[in-house]
Amino acid sequence: MPSELIHQFMRIDHLPHIWCAGCGNGIIMRDVAVAIKELMEDPEVRLNREKVVIVSGIGCSSRAAGYMDFNSIHTTHGRAIAFATGIKFANPELEVIVLTGDGDCSAIGGNHLIHAARRNLGLTVVTFNNDIYGMTGGQYSPTTPTGDKATTAPYGNVDRPFDIAKLAAGAGASYTARGSAYHVRETIDLIKQGIKHKGFSLIDVYSVCPTYYGRKNKKGDAVEMLQWQKEHMAPAVRYYSMSEEERKGKLLVGALTHNNYPEYTEEYEKMVQRCQADMKAKAHK
Amino acid sequence: MSRLAGRKKLVIEPAWCKGCGICVAFCPRSALELVGEKVRMKEDGGCIMCGLCEMRCPDYAIYLENLEE
Repeated sequence: MPSELIHQFMRIDHLPHIWCAGCGNGIIMRDVAVAIKELMEDPEVRLNREKVVIVSGIGCSSRAAGYMDFNSIHTTHGRAIAFATGIKFANPELEVIVLTGDGDCSAIGGNHLIHAARRNLGLTVVTFNNDIYGMTGGQYSPTTPTGDKATTAPYGNVDRPFDIAKLAAGAGASYTARGSAYHVRETIDLIKQGIKHKGFSLIDVYSVCPTYYGRKNKKGDAVEMLQWQKEHMAPAVRYYSMSEEERKGKLLVGALTHNNYPEYTEEYEKMVQRCQADMKAKAHK
Repeated sequence: MSRLAGRKKLVIEPAWCKGCGICVAFCPRSALELVGEKVRMKEDGGCIMCGLCEMRCPDYAIYLENLEE
């Protein structure tokens, strides 16, 4: 028997999931479930489960939409944000959460990402960022670090990687943050912030792929890869109390940007109201 | 013994455990072990019901259960 949380929010008949032993995706999927549960119980938010929509694309990460027991849709490769845009636009009341991967979101889906961010459309995007295409056998992705190996980069990756959160922030996303599979509590809080935030939110969560990325790059098993996150990533409270020197080689786990740009569906609704008022005024003339 | 003992119970679902060892490695009390690629609680115990294993188990195979309503 699984825990109450898993019973409440996952499709038990589809579990255990197909992700490899030690895959960080299972940890991140649980983070999303806990974030939703806590927002449902929060008297100031009272998130309605029936209004939550989970959208995913293709890739290891995107299996999550099948496992999570919500109104969910598993879409085509790279198009999770495009489908989510349609859903949010058709019914802005919905809380649309996109679960995607580094390849799905920043390679084939890169254009959808930057334009949803530019519009500041009220979606919450959680990237399960494992630095590689796991499902298809370990090809390098836009987030594979320079020099690292992949099936398609046997001599080391020549490309320079994207920082997905910074990419989204640069394109206009009003809430961007970085989480990790190791930093569970912090990541849950960042996802909660993202869901509560009105505009486009992106939480880039560093996953671990011991099967392809770890093995190809001799980074050890899941435990060693999580240990790396523990040592090289610092939660905001600690990060901001560190000196410049101490921060070298450390990545912040926390919000990168948080501002109040106007949200797209609200602006659109305002335009509709304006046009209708104009038409009424003209009709009375 | 943890003050939570009696109010919480650690539950393991061996069928769901893939033996990755994350819970064993990050248990602050080293209370867990892998036997035949499945996790189990060590006989001498030491579990303080902190729930860190549940938070990081990618397979939802280990968790704390509330014993009282």
